[in-house]
Order: sequence, then C-alpha cells, then structure tokens
Amino acid sequence: MRITQGTFSFLPDLTDEQIAKQVEYALDQGWAVSIEHTDDPHPRNTYWEMWGMPMFDLKDAAGLMTELKECRKVFPDRYIKVNAFDSTLGFETMRLSFIVDRPAREPEFNLRRTDTSGRNIRYELETVRS
Amino acid sequence: MTKPTGTPASAAGQRTTGNTAKRYQAGVLKYKEMGYWVPDYEPKDTDVIAIFRITPQEGVDPEEAAAAVAGESSTATWTVVWTDRLTAAENYRAKAYRVDPVPGQADQYFAWIAYDLALFEEGSIANLTASIIGNVFGFKPLKALRLEDMRLPVAYVKTFRGPPTGIVVERERLDKYGRPLLGATTKPKLGLSGKNYGRVVYEALLGGLDFTKDDENINSQPFMHWRDRFLFVMEAVNRAQAMTGEVKGHYLNVTAGTMEEMYRRAEFARELGSVIIMVDLVIGYTAIQSMAEWARQNDMILHMHRAGHSTYTRQKTHGVSFRVIAKWMRLAGVDHLHTGTAVGKLEGDPLTVQGFYNVCRDAVTKEDLPRGLFVDQDWAGLRKVMPVASGGIHAGQMHQLLDLFGDDVVLQFGGGTIGHPMGIKAGATANRVALEAMVLARNEGRDIASEGPDILRKAAKDCKPLEAALATWKDVTFNYASTDTSDFVPTASVA
Repeated sequence: MRITQGTFSFLPDLTDEQIAKQVEYALDQGWAVSIEHTDDPHPRNTYWEMWGMPMFDLKDAAGLMTELKECRKVFPDRYIKVNAFDSTLGFETMRLSFIVDRPAREPEFNLRRTDTSGRNIRYELETVRS
Repeated sequence: MTKPTGTPASAAGQRTTGNTAKRYQAGVLKYKEMGYWVPDYEPKDTDVIAIFRITPQEGVDPEEAAAAVAGESSTATWTVVWTDRLTAAENYRAKAYRVDPVPGQADQYFAWIAYDLALFEEGSIANLTASIIGNVFGFKPLKALRLEDMRLPVAYVKTFRGPPTGIVVERERLDKYGRPLLGATTKPKLGLSGKNYGRVVYEALLGGLDFTKDDENINSQPFMHWRDRFLFVMEAVNRAQAMTGEVKGHYLNVTAGTMEEMYRRAEFARELGSVIIMVDLVIGYTAIQSMAEWARQNDMILHMHRAGHSTYTRQKTHGVSFRVIAKWMRLAGVDHLHTGTAVGKLEGDPLTVQGFYNVCRDAVTKEDLPRGLFVDQDWAGLRKVMPVASGGIHAGQMHQLLDLFGDDVVLQFGGGTIGHPMGIKAGATANRVALEAMVLARNEGRDIASEGPDILRKAAKDCKPLEAALATWKDVTFNYASTDTSDFVPTASVA
C-alpha cells in the first residue's frame, strides 16, 4: 500500500528539484523547515524522530537538501518528511508537511475489531511491518 | 483637552438641565427627542456597535428612523414612561450616532448604533440577539431593516469560549497541513439505508477525501435510523484509515428534536471513536452553545451546517448579513462553518464571501468595505473557525477555489465526487490530485488564477480519474448575478 499522509502523497514522488522549490517557498514565508523520519507511519504516531532541530535561520534550500541527503544515507529504508513551521501569532504550528522518501516496501495496517455492547465495535489499528 | 468618550454633552445634559421634567411628561415623543439620536457620541472601546441598513417609510426622517432602531433594540417603548427615571436611563439607551446614505441605493441608509456593555449578559448569543434583532425588525416606520455588521468589543468577546477545537488544533489532530481539506456530502441526501450509505463514505475516503458528511436533513428517518447510520459509517471510516494510513472523519449529524436526544447521539459518536460531529444552524443559538460546550469536554470537532440562513441573509434590504451570523458562530463556538463557494451553485459574490472567510479566520478582522466589513474586529485570541465551501463545485474549479480561499478551508465536492463517471473512489482521487497539483504549483510560484486549467490538464496526464472529471464537468458554471453584494464608494488607489 501507499500511505497518503502529507501534503503531496497523491502526486508522483517529488524530485529533489521539486522538493527544493517547496522549501524555497516555505523559507520565503518566513517558516522554519525541518526533517523527520520514522519506520512506523501509524496515523496516530505524532512524534517521528527529528533529524536535528528545525533550521530556524536557514537562508537557502540547499542547506536542507544537504541534510536530507545525509538523512537518506543513514536511513535508506524509512519514511522521511519535510516540515515547515510558522511561529506567527495565531498559527505557531506546521504550515506544510510532505513525505519525500518511503521504504521500498511500505507497512500495512491491520484493523482489529472487537464486539462490545449492542452492535458497537471497538476498532484498533496496528502497524504490520512486512 | 480631549473630550472623554462615551459621555457626550447632549446625553449628559438630559440629566442635569431643567428640561428633564418636560422630557418625561406623559405622551409620545420622537425617538430623536428621547435620547436615542446622539450625533456627537463617541463610542467607548467597550460598546457593542451595530451597523444597520435602514429603509424608512416615506416621509420618515432617516435620523428619526435610526433613533427608533436604537430605541426599540434597547430601552424604548412607543410612549414616554416615568419609570425611566428610576434608572440611569441615558446609560442603557442605545445611541444612534451616525447615518450615511447607502451609495447607489435611493432611500436606504447605514445607521451606526452603540450599545453599552451593561445591556448584555456575558457568554449568551441568545441575549445579545434578543436585543439587537429582537422586536425591531417588525417596526412599522421602517419598510425594511438589515443588520449589516457588528463590532463586538474585546471585553464582550472574552466572555465567550469560542470554537472547541479551532483550525490549528484540528490540523494537528488530523495531521494534515499545507492544503485545503477535502470533503463530500453523501448523496442522495435521503433514502439510502445505513449499509449503502456507509459504502459511499468508504469509497470517498478511500479515494482520497479527508471527510465525508451527513447532509443537513439526515437525522433519523424511516429509511435509516441514526444508530444504524453511525455504526455503518464508523466501519467505513476505520476501514478507510487502515487502507490509507491517514486520519479520516465523517461529520455525524446529531441534530435532533431535543437537547437530550442530541447529547445521546453525540455520546454514541464519541463512543464509536468519531473525530467530528455536526449540528445544523436551525437548532438555535443556545443549543449550539451547549453542543460547543459538550464538544470542548469531549475533544470533538464541531461542524456547523448553516441550514436555513438564506431565509434572512440573502436579501440586501432586510434580515441579517451572514457576516454577522459568522461572528456570532465564532463566539458561540463552532469549528467548521459553511461560508459559501463564490463559484458554486449557491448565492455568493466572491468579495462578500471572502469577507465571511476573514471573520472566521483572522486574529483581527480589518475594516474592508469591498468585502462588506464595516469595522475592525479584534478576536482577542479566540480560536479560528474552519470555513467550508460546499455546493456545486468540481475539480475543474480547483485553481479558482485555492486562489479565492487559500489553505484553511474545507472544499466539499458532493456531486463532484459521487457523480464521477468512473465511480466514487475515482471522483475522490480526481479531487485530491487536482488539489495537490494546484498547491504544488502555487508554492512553486506559478500564477494559478491564469495557469490553473493548464496545471490541471498536466496533472490529468498521470491521473485518469482527473482527466474524466475535467471532461465531464468542463462547461459547468453557475454564472448568475449575486443579490448580496457590498454597497460602497470605491476609493482611488494610491499610485
């Protein structure tokens, strides 16, 4: 399966040139970009591993692209995403977040159903790594 | 020396001069003479200000009409009453302080009226509206009356708790950033059984939508009782989450005949793990505030469908502008609010609609006459409402929608998903691909307003469902003149 989290998951995988353009856009907005990675893309896994800190003072997308190449080298078979964080009053949150790398074989999610009272079912989602 | 605001000489004069006895002689006085027209009044920062469009009956002086509106929406009755003298009456009287002819409309006037904060109960839309739109709209000396806008002072805003979730927390909960969210209303709106209904939900979410939605009049009818719907829908939602790895939701409409029944339905939705519930505007302001309170206690996103609003928002001369309803809804506390599409099948002048979006999303909404915003409105940190664009929109309009409304909006394609020639899942995928392609292009610096159709065509090369959607709906537009447009004098721009 192809998990569809992130801003651009329904498009063909972005090239490095396309990634750099999105990073330029984020920097132009005054946002701080960062890299995160994980081997567990469960939809409720909020905290992926940080690849260093958000790059608050970055001026050029090249800086992020260098870090991204490093991250890929160390974690060639993980999900990697690029985030852009906006510290403006009233936002103070992520404004863009898109997956840039995926493992060759993506995990699946097992949906476990437990009958409870009446016809009510309790649902649990579990990541199944292949 | 600057004049202290809030205490004009003429208002204070009524208390101190020998005319007081004459003022309170039994009989009928003009409202202007009763202290409701105070042209030199300077509103206090804590005053509630209402801007009305008044159409006086022939022969009625506009200032007298404005004074009458001030009077009838605050303390006045048709005749003088001596019991006013037991109160600090001049404090409680609303004061009409400005009347401007409406540009381009004969016999219509914008009347500005200030109300002291003491007139209103804290945290109650019911109380606010019982004054401002209580009796006065049926007042005989006026042919028509419309509440155009309100300035709600920070002191009053802070007595409301606002949206339970807000845009920022909604996105963090759903883990969806950088693009509008996508939804669809299940169709046909009436008649499907629970099981068939859930099928539509599953296909649409699997295909790429973030949300599906009950329609406003889906409650608990003979063809589908509410519990059946909730059970099948949540199976669909959970299954779609497992198949995509994304958080998904369906707005479960808990609208019912009593509060007790609405709570019962909301609690079942929570028990089943739904991230969002929905109510209709027709349940009333107090019921909305109660459901907001429930949503706040249960980590639930609260979606509001504005069912019924066009009965009083659409006509320019009489009723309440939707921008005012949007302000009340932000105070009352809804997370989603249908605010129009501009390009779809329902009423909406693009600039006027953008004004509604500003009310929902701004930290401080700025005066903007072309967008129908008469006053600055400081929201005092109140959370932001996610506007929802729904009704007769399709993938071929994606560039227009993104250009008009930006990222913080839910775009809902009901027919534009379910009516797709290759099926519901394909319809959903077409919308999601069109959206992501457009956001990508905009961020790359492309001018989507002019290059949009080309961007869509290119994206369709990798996506058959998008190609089919563009072919099916390429000529569908709803170009009718809008009725609710702003009346203002355009100012020359500074060269």
